[in-house]
Parts: sequence; structure tokens; C-alpha cells
Amino acid sequence: MLKTFRIGGIHPKDKKVSAGNAIQPIAIPNQVIIPLGQHIGAPCQPVVKKGDTVKVGTLIGKTVGFVSANIHSSVSGTVLKIDKAVDASGYRRDAVFIKVEGDEWEESVDRSSDLKKECNLSSKEILDKIAAAGIVGMGGATFPTHVKLTPPPGSKPEILIINGVECEPWLTSDHRVMMEKTEEIMVGITIVMKALNVDKAIIGIENNKKDAIEKFGKSAENYPGITVEALKVQYPQGGEKQLIDALTGRQVPSGALPISVGAVVQNVGTVLAIYEAVQKNKPLIERVVTVTGKDVKQPCNILSRVGIPVGNLIDAAGGLPETTGKIVSGGPMMGKALASTDVPVTKGTSGILVIPTLEAKRKAMKDCIRCAKCVSICPMGLNPTLLMNLTEFEVWDGAEKQRITDCIECGSCSYTCPADRPLLDYIRLGKGRVNSIIRTRKTNA
Amino acid sequence: MSVLLTAVVTLGVIGAGSAAILYLIGQKFKVDEDPRIQEVQDALPAANCGGCGFPGCAAFASACVKAETLDGLNCPVGGQPTMDKVAAILGQTAPVAVKKIAVVRCSGTCEHRPRTNLYDGISNCTIAAALYGGDTGCSFGCLGLGDCVESCTFDAIHINPETMLPEVVEDKCTACGACVKACPKDIIELRKQGPKSRRIYVSCVNEEKGGVARKSCEVACIGCSKCQQVCPFEAITITNNLAYIIDDKCRLCRKCVPVCPTNSILELNFPPRRDKSPKEEAATVDA
Repeated sequence: MLKTFRIGGIHPKDKKVSAGNAIQPIAIPNQVIIPLGQHIGAPCQPVVKKGDTVKVGTLIGKTVGFVSANIHSSVSGTVLKIDKAVDASGYRRDAVFIKVEGDEWEESVDRSSDLKKECNLSSKEILDKIAAAGIVGMGGATFPTHVKLTPPPGSKPEILIINGVECEPWLTSDHRVMMEKTEEIMVGITIVMKALNVDKAIIGIENNKKDAIEKFGKSAENYPGITVEALKVQYPQGGEKQLIDALTGRQVPSGALPISVGAVVQNVGTVLAIYEAVQKNKPLIERVVTVTGKDVKQPCNILSRVGIPVGNLIDAAGGLPETTGKIVSGGPMMGKALASTDVPVTKGTSGILVIPTLEAKRKAMKDCIRCAKCVSICPMGLNPTLLMNLTEFEVWDGAEKQRITDCIECGSCSYTCPADRPLLDYIRLGKGRVNSIIRTRKTNA
Repeated sequence: MSVLLTAVVTLGVIGAGSAAILYLIGQKFKVDEDPRIQEVQDALPAANCGGCGFPGCAAFASACVKAETLDGLNCPVGGQPTMDKVAAILGQTAPVAVKKIAVVRCSGTCEHRPRTNLYDGISNCTIAAALYGGDTGCSFGCLGLGDCVESCTFDAIHINPETMLPEVVEDKCTACGACVKACPKDIIELRKQGPKSRRIYVSCVNEEKGGVARKSCEVACIGCSKCQQVCPFEAITITNNLAYIIDDKCRLCRKCVPVCPTNSILELNFPPRRDKSPKEEAATVDA
């Protein structure tokens, strides 16, 4: 029997229609908009000004805090302006506008496609390179990678877990990366193992990607310490805590980080970016984006530079279908609806999902029938219906006792509810409030 | 018969004994409460709205009794008459509080501010605001989902179905500030009610540059500073491309209203303008 995590979980239909389509490039438009905040944490400070010439890979935004990641230019050309641009959530945030001229790269970047296996750098040097390249978690959470790879004092990582699960329906970007960049990812894993000083790594891949499991299984024979594990298809297995449970049987306690059980989790896309940064000096300026949907003419996986408008990617996939009701950035379970197609691709854009009008509508909320489906599927063992009620009636202390802050916002509860109750919307609201109450309490104490 | 007698006598003795014990304990642990607290509380409107800054009328009453002067203590619901009563009970004088009222600083009706996308989530501004910038090009403006209406204990604010913007019922608003706290976009502000309810305010909170703001909404403040230049009392400030009229300095001369190119400054309850001669305007100032 295949392994999976033990609490809750659902199995929405896969719909990975673009899985067989090779990664394709996309033409660079005349202008790109590169947001200065593409990660969790403080937005970057721009280090270029209007009129500056930049090359591909030139640093344009520098970190300001510890939890922050550098931003590099993804094109060569001239900086038009530094102004506010609409981001994925419809708010206007600082971004660098660059007029594209040619495609000239920084000399330090090694653009050859040869595999470079040896890495003689020390752990510290590897981390510095990762930090300089501005790498963030590419599964969608966009947490700066160098921070994640720096274990807090007093904790020791024992095992590296590579997330090749891609549990979101529709998305295939990680799958394609695994198929086409297998060796690069394997070398990337050895680099991360070296940085963390661990000798064991497990790659977790869901069983709906049999070709990837086979390919990695074969390759892993040449890399001591790295094993590949096929996992039962179950959402949200790509969640850190769920994946650690599925692969190692260790359970991360409430409120603790994965490092508390000695595990560090990295996404396959991130590992590829680490390989490219450490071995090829290439900063994170492009990523694979799945463009897909029921009525999309040519669902595909596009290697897109950061800053290209989402609309261009949709055009490359055959144009926006007439039936479109909603465009989602990310997967159907955790993705966010976009307010406009002018929004640029960022480091965290894993997919663009075009949903037809008929399926995009939310159903009207009905009364809770106390069926407890949400309770049985919650992968964190929470009681979503109770948390929603506590939030609705603003019982913050009760919500805190019910571990509302443990919610990973996977959306399984809203998905499964037969009464179409917006459980996650309320829980997210309550989680935010409770977190701010806890922060205030800490600063006052 | 003797059974009955025994029962009555036993119960009677136990009852009397317990009463005595309770009386003694009551005397020993008696808490002296200032009787004025109850009196003050009776004088308060018992709305328990929290508008005074205390958790309910009882807490406000005890705060009034404990305080040396009534400065800074004000029941916005009862207003001056209530505070005068409280002052009379405590033998003090109530400070003259300025009557305030909630104003909604957004005029982005469907007509002025075209919708750019459709929100079909829950009717809750806080949730919508956490998700995204809103269903128009202006990410500062009113979402129209009615958190303020929910928060109001006095039925004093309603969403106008035509404009999809909240409107304050002047007679009912007590300036308790519940809607101000409820609004995730900080659009509602408590301002002086003004003589005869006459008020002037900038009905916009958009901090974008002029062009961007104007593009998303016809009646957005574009920060052009025309109002600032025309104001004789230096009552208008402009920060982040947004004009703001300082309540305490504004003398309701209305000079700023006609100069605003986007009509984002509103005047309420003024008589209609007849003559625009300088004399007339000067007279208004003096009044």
C-alpha cells in the first residue's frame, strides 16, 4: 500500500491535461513589469533608477529585512520607471518597469546546458549564493529559501524532503520540471544536502506521475542517500506537515516548524533554481507556469520570465476562451482569482487556470447540516465548522483554543461542504485576527 | 403529629441558623460600593455600545464616579443632556462636547466608478478586503458589502441600493464609532456635526497619483491642491495625493467646493448658493 498522511485529506479529480506537453518558451514582450515584493516578507528596495540599462540577471531590488529575497532583472533593456503596478490581488504595489532591448545576459551567468555535478563550496557559501540569487519557495508560498535552509539555533536537520507531490489538480509545472530536468534536480538535492549537512533525502512523488517516479528512481541509484517514494494521490499532500507525515511518519507539533522533527522540505522547482544559482550563477528570473483550463485551446507549460503579463501566457495557450468566468493564479484549490490579465508572472506563479463561467460561480450558502464532513477531511485535525462559527461570533479566545492558527488554508473544508458554506473564508479571517491578538499579547508581555 | 412537629422545628432551626451565618458573613465581607455609580448608570442610555471607550455603560459609570473631573469622558449616545445629568449627580460640571457624526468618505457610485471585475464571495468587507483590492479600479474605496451596517447598534447607517454606498441617518447616528472600527478600508470618519448639521469634507480616500485615481473613479480626489490654495484658513492638507479638511480649522466658507475639478468635496445641508459675489461669501464666513 502506498504511503500518505494519516489525518483527513480529499481527492479531487486530477485533470492534469497538460502533463504530456513539454515546457515551451514564450516570446518576451516589449515591456515587463517586475514587482519588488514577490515573496513573503518585506518588499525589496530598488537599486536601479529611471534610465539605467540592465541585463538579464542584474540586481534591481535588494533585500531590506532578514525574511526577504533579492529581485533581478529578467530581461535586458532600460528602466522606464519605478512606479506602482497592479499586483495579483488588485492592490497597487511598487514595481520596476523595464523596456526590453535585445536579450543580453550578465557575463557571470553560465548559459550552457551542460550538467555541472561537482560543487566544492562550503555550506555557508552555498547559502550566500542562494540568498544572492533571490530564491524563494516556488511551490507558491514564496518563503525565502536561504532563510528556510538556515536552521534556528539549537535545532539540527536530519532529513531533507523534496516535494514533487504537486497535489493541486490541473497544475503540471512541477511534473514537467521533474521530467525534463531530472539530473539537474538530483545535483540540486546534493547541494541542499551539503548546505544542511544531512546525508539523507527523500523525494516524494504522487502516484499519478508514474513516469517521474520511474525516472527519478533510476537516477537515484547513482546518488547515495537519495531515495524516491511513490505516494498515494491525496490532497493536500504537498503541505509541508502532511508530506513529512506521509514520508517519515513524524508529526510536526501544533505551532512548531518542520525543523522541530528534524525535517526540511523543498519543492522540486526550488531545488532546480538552487542548482542553477549555485552551479550556473543564474538568479531566479524565470519559472515554469502551467496555463490550463477546461476550455483553453492548448493547455501548456511555459517557461516564462518574471514580469511578463499573464495575458501573454494565456495568448500563447490559444487565447482567452469566450466562456471565461474566472482566471486563477495557482491551482484550483489554493489559487487566487486575478482581477486583471495585466498582472505580471512572479516567482510564485505556478499556474494560470482559466475557469468557465458556469463553474466559476459560487453556490449560495445553506445551513450547516452537522454532517461533520469538514471535520473528517481536515488534514490538520481541526473542526472547521466550529472555527467558522467562532469567527462569525468573534469568540477569539475560543478560536485560539481550537487551534485556528494551525489552519494551512488548503480549502478542503469548503470543497467538501455539502451545504456550500464558505468555511475557509471565515477561518482565514479568524486566523488573521487571532494571530494579531497573539502578536499584540507578545509585544505587551 | 410529633413527626410533623420535629420536621418543622428542625427545619426552622436550620433555617434560622443559616440565616444568622449568612448575615454575619454578609456583614464581614461587605463591599462598599459608591451608590452614585448606580445613579450614574441609571442616567446613561444603557446602549452598551462602547462608544465612550469603555466596555459598556456600567464601566463608564464607575469611571465617571472615580474620575476627578469629567474632562475627556463623554457619552456620545446621550450627548450633552446625559452628561449634564451625570455631572449633576456627581456635583461637577460637564465639559461641552462637540457633537460629532459619522461621514462616509467615498462617492464612488456604480456610475462614477465602473466595476472592473465581479466579486461573488461572502458579503463581508473584511473578508473581501483581505482577498483583494475590490471590484473596481480603486483599491481604496468602499466595497459596499455592509460591515458598517452590521456594526451599527442604532440602525443609523444603510447601504443605498442604487449607489451601493453606505449612507448615515443623521438623526440616529450617535457617533459611537462602531462603523469606523468595522470598516477595513478606513473610509468612515467621525467629524463635527457642524452648526445646523452643515459640514464640508473630502469624500475620497484614494492616495494614488491624480491620473490613476481619476481613471478608476470620476469623483476621486486627484491631489491637485486647488482647494488648498483657495482655503483662507489653512484648513486643508494634502498628503499622498489626497486632500483632507481639518475639522477644527474649517469655518465652512465653502470656497473649496466649487474649485474642486472632480467634485470630490461635498457640502451637506447648506442652503443653495444664490449669488457668488465675494460679499455674500464673506457673510457666510462670519455667520
